[in-house]
Amino acid sequence: MKKIEAIIKPFKLEEVRKALDEIGVNGITITEVKGSGRQKGIKEVYRGAEYHIPFIPKVKMEIVVNDDLVEKVISVILDKAQTGNIGDGKIFISNIEEVVRIRTGEKGLNAI
Amino acid sequence: MKKIEAIIKPFKLEEVRKALDEIDVNGITITEVKGSGRQKGIKEVYRGAEYHIPFIQKIKMEIVVNDDMVDKVISVVQDKAQTGNIGDGKIFVSNIEEVIRIRTGERGLTAI
Amino acid sequence: MNDLVDQINQADTVWILISSALVLLMTPGLALFYGGMVRRKNVLGTIMHSFIAMGVATVVWVLYGYSLAFGPDIGHVIGNLTWAGLAGVGLEPNPTYSATVPHQAFMLFQMMFAIITPALITGAFAERFKFKTYILFLVLWLTFVYAPIVHWVWGENGWLRNMGVLDFAGGLVVHISSGAAALAAALMVGKRKDYSTVPMPPHNLVLTILGTGLLWFGWFGFNGGSSLAANATAVNAIVVTHISSAFAAISWMIVEWIHRKKPTVLGAATGAVAGLASITPAAGFVGPTAAIIVGLVAGMICYVAVNFKTIFGYDDTLDVVGVHGVGSTWGMIATGLFAVEASLDAQFTGVIVTWIFAFVATLVIMKVLDLTLGLRVSEEGENIGLDLCEHGERGYTI
Repeated sequence: MKKIEAIIKPFKLEEVRKALDEIGVNGITITEVKGSGRQKGIKEVYRGAEYHIPFIPKVKMEIVVNDDLVEKVISVILDKAQTGNIGDGKIFISNIEEVVRIRTGEKGLNAI
Repeated sequence: MKKIEAIIKPFKLEEVRKALDEIDVNGITITEVKGSGRQKGIKEVYRGAEYHIPFIQKIKMEIVVNDDMVDKVISVVQDKAQTGNIGDGKIFVSNIEEVIRIRTGERGLTAI
Repeated sequence: MNDLVDQINQADTVWILISSALVLLMTPGLALFYGGMVRRKNVLGTIMHSFIAMGVATVVWVLYGYSLAFGPDIGHVIGNLTWAGLAGVGLEPNPTYSATVPHQAFMLFQMMFAIITPALITGAFAERFKFKTYILFLVLWLTFVYAPIVHWVWGENGWLRNMGVLDFAGGLVVHISSGAAALAAALMVGKRKDYSTVPMPPHNLVLTILGTGLLWFGWFGFNGGSSLAANATAVNAIVVTHISSAFAAISWMIVEWIHRKKPTVLGAATGAVAGLASITPAAGFVGPTAAIIVGLVAGMICYVAVNFKTIFGYDDTLDVVGVHGVGSTWGMIATGLFAVEASLDAQFTGVIVTWIFAFVATLVIMKVLDLTLGLRVSEEGENIGLDLCEHGERGYTI
């Protein structure tokens, strides 16, 4: 099983979630995070003083799926989260060795 | 070493934490997250209009332990976080390649 | 100076000054009321719409607005510019408007109404309006919509006043004018991006409740001060205002409880504001029993009215039409029903004229602004929120 972590623009969340739901992926954890990258932060002004704020609000989506779904999930996220502008975010894939559903104790694929 | 990530119902946090403390696992990072899954979101009402909110408040616990502790931690979390209802959450296990304690620079098991 | 002492009633003057401060506080109250209901990225932009009205409306009022509204009459439709720059608006009372308090106190009290009225409209176009355009909108709307309506209803020789239309504290002038303008504005500005696809629930109802409390508190000055004297009418106005608000909060809550199975906090707060808006035109003319009916009905019909937008598909984001427009329309009619000195015919005329004039004039103003400065921020601006794109700040930081 793999964990797909996607850092996306917050306003794209609903679109991505709906598209994932359509391919039957509904187990998603989201976190409000801040990110820095090529999109070089933003300028904010407080009482005439300019602050360069390097971190921009993003949403992190975490989705654990069976290996054979990974490419599909990636392509859905790419399709929906893309705006073409800098700051669209990134997707990270990592290995998950075990999954347990807390309610039933089911493990592995059955727990996803 | 392994990372155990548990997504649980927020009101269960203290119970799980105490039980982990009793087995001497006290290095825990928690994050307020939102999750979707089989528990199909919640209905909120604002001025007579209903909104379907797909994501529900959860707590993500992250615990890094030595391999021999993994099963024990899973069983404690499962035992304490269970309510038997949908939305109890999931536990994910993944590999951690290195741990470093920032204060001392210690690495590996001694840093946990 | 001895002349002045003879003419001025000290209690009345104190009351008008206190009432002015109470009404002033309603605008930051409104800012919180609205600010809590939008998404987090727009909280400052929404608050700023109300807050900056305290600046812009004051400028307009002092320079020429007060004179257009209350100055010597031209053809029963507008005041002339004799009092521009507050020339001749001195410390001696003006017998027509307030025989026992300095003219400047009356001008100040009325200024607070000129501040909050356009701020009320901003709920209709929250989360998408361009700030630069908004400043100009404030000036144009106060000049071409607010000042004339004030003159018709309250100005010496205003044509609605002469016809016997009763509007004690601004049912027509404040709430119907802003409600009708809100409808025009919502239609012209259009829906928020992703309005029908993404849920946009309020981000912090705690702010909204604090704002509701400040509005309710300030309304004692809004309606009580409108008697323009520390007298029995002021007492009556405050008593019925409070009763109406309480009954409307409860009736909204019960209707929503039955319809949606939960007694929501936002519902109770919205009901309270609906009750306040509804009793406003009637406050000096009706007693406690009528106030109970006004409040009970207000909570129910405004609950139904805020659902119009879902049926008709316009995005009056914070329900200015349903709460202020519809609430005060009911209040004007209720004034006709319950006030002995009122004529139902005159009340209806006032309501219809104000709805149509404010609606059409606001449409025209919005059209002109659309063709010149543009009404909305860019799509990208809407994505990142008004706080960052328009003001370069955030309401909440970590």
